[in-house]
Amino acid sequence: MTAVLFQQVSRHFGAVRAVDSVDLAIAEGEFFAMLGPSGSGKTTCLRLMAGFEQPTGGHIEIFGETAEGVPPYRRNVNTVFQDYALFPHLSILENVAYGLMVKGVGKAERLKAAEEALAMVKLPGYGARRPGQLSGGQRQRVALARALVNRPRVLLLDEPLGALDLKLREQMQEELKSLQKSLGITFVFVTHDQGEALSMADRIAVFSDGKIQQLGTPEEVYKRPQTRFVADFVGSSNVLPPDFVEQLGFGKHYASLRPEAIGLGDGPGRKPFSGRVTAASFLGAANRVTVETNGARIAAMLPASVAVPAQGDMVTLSFLPQDLHTMDGAQ
Amino acid sequence: MRSDRNASAPLGLKVAAGLGLAFLHLPILLIFLYAFTTEEKSYQFPPPGYTLQWFAVAWNRPDVWEAMGLSVRVASISTAVALVLGTLCAAAVSRTKFFGRETVSLLVILPIALPGIITGIALRSAFSFAEIPFSFWTIVLGHATFCVVVVYNNAVARFRRISGSLIEASMDLGADSFQTFRYIILPNIGTALLAGGMLAFALSFDEVIVTTFTAGQQSTLPIWMLEELVRPRQRPVTNVVAMIVVLVTFLPILGAYYLTRDGDQVAGGGK
Repeated sequence: MTAVLFQQVSRHFGAVRAVDSVDLAIAEGEFFAMLGPSGSGKTTCLRLMAGFEQPTGGHIEIFGETAEGVPPYRRNVNTVFQDYALFPHLSILENVAYGLMVKGVGKAERLKAAEEALAMVKLPGYGARRPGQLSGGQRQRVALARALVNRPRVLLLDEPLGALDLKLREQMQEELKSLQKSLGITFVFVTHDQGEALSMADRIAVFSDGKIQQLGTPEEVYKRPQTRFVADFVGSSNVLPPDFVEQLGFGKHYASLRPEAIGLGDGPGRKPFSGRVTAASFLGAANRVTVETNGARIAAMLPASVAVPAQGDMVTLSFLPQDLHTMDGAQ
Repeated sequence: MRSDRNASAPLGLKVAAGLGLAFLHLPILLIFLYAFTTEEKSYQFPPPGYTLQWFAVAWNRPDVWEAMGLSVRVASISTAVALVLGTLCAAAVSRTKFFGRETVSLLVILPIALPGIITGIALRSAFSFAEIPFSFWTIVLGHATFCVVVVYNNAVARFRRISGSLIEASMDLGADSFQTFRYIILPNIGTALLAGGMLAFALSFDEVIVTTFTAGQQSTLPIWMLEELVRPRQRPVTNVVAMIVVLVTFLPILGAYYLTRDGDQVAGGGK
């Protein structure tokens, strides 16, 4: 079943088209990422799902029910806010029980459910504290518990890991993923971090200028970017100019080629090209070598075991034809 | 140029500051002193003798009770009106953007900047133009003009500190607007409203100028005192009443001061 459906949805703020004719269908139980730079419309899409924004055009359905005009408090959808938005005057337990309290659930029952939710996010026994007494990572877990205790059908997460340090972020990525699997709830999360989107999501929608540039699995988006924007934003793909692609024998199109798909030397079945090394840098597990050829700058990621060519050397590089993806149009 | 905080001020400055403060506050002590004097017609210093009889006299004078009752009722209702209107106005100005928002904000604050006599004359002519007879309610209306400002100023500062996402979070968790106000907004602005309300009450309780223009035959406590000073009969009764007025207005203002001083922890404490 479709959890969230957008049909030609737009949200304009005056002349600014924050969201511009977006179509999208998120399946039930899916872990869905909306990826894009700031101002790309991904957060506005999330707010349209939560009900904080109303579309200026188009149609939104949440589990088959029309969502336009339905206020946030009548949607079976909960949000984990970027700044967590914990209520400062309430204890942690009261924060988590808030959703049940306003729905009229009895005190004993709602406090028990809140305790269970806190245990689920690995914060048992923290109920009596105040939000100000917790660390950023702990507040994030409380925000998660406060949303999940309401058993939403869709959980919306706005840059959920943005404020955490690297180590905590990696740990939370795994926890969020396993939580989503065990609960079976549809998760929709917004991020500007492509690594986060690639590692956590079942499917990714890449946003730019209020439009979806590409929608697909992490592998599709990473390996076969359909537009130059996606190739550039997701990872660090080489965008090859049409003239160069034509020389290689793929027709006059823009094309993307992943740095790690390029190897030193030639081999059977591979497409070779040569160029002059302009830069080489050591990255630990690999060396990143930039080569200039026929007006195109191409980055190659070579394994650390291969000797690094010196700057100024002429080298021959090659790749497998299936790793080069031509893009439609000249975008 | 920044002065050293620990350096001691010159002696002359200390004395001048002390004299200034004494000039401000000694007359108030004199008022208290004359509440106990045995001389009832003139303010003779030092008082020829001391007595507590004026407290009993004041207690038994119906006109004191009448004026006091009127003042308490006017101050209570003006404060109540100010709390509702001031809070609503603060919410509108701080939570939403609309055309003329800054102008509305200025117009709300204006009555407290305007001299009371202007407000009084303006209200009086407006009442007579609209043929509204002077009554209890015209006094309340006059007082509410400046009471609203006090509540508004306190509330608007606190509203600005409540993160917008708190309200969205509450709605997201299933609370409608009323529940969000009851459980999230009110606890966060509560002390600011209490402080604003206390200040408004104190302001209304000792107001003279606007009241003289908007009251008919009735006397609030300050007006009653003004009238009493003209008559040299049982003068110390006025001083007894003055002491009561000082207490009734001073305590709420002190309370308001303590409430807003610690208010920083209330909102935004989770950040």
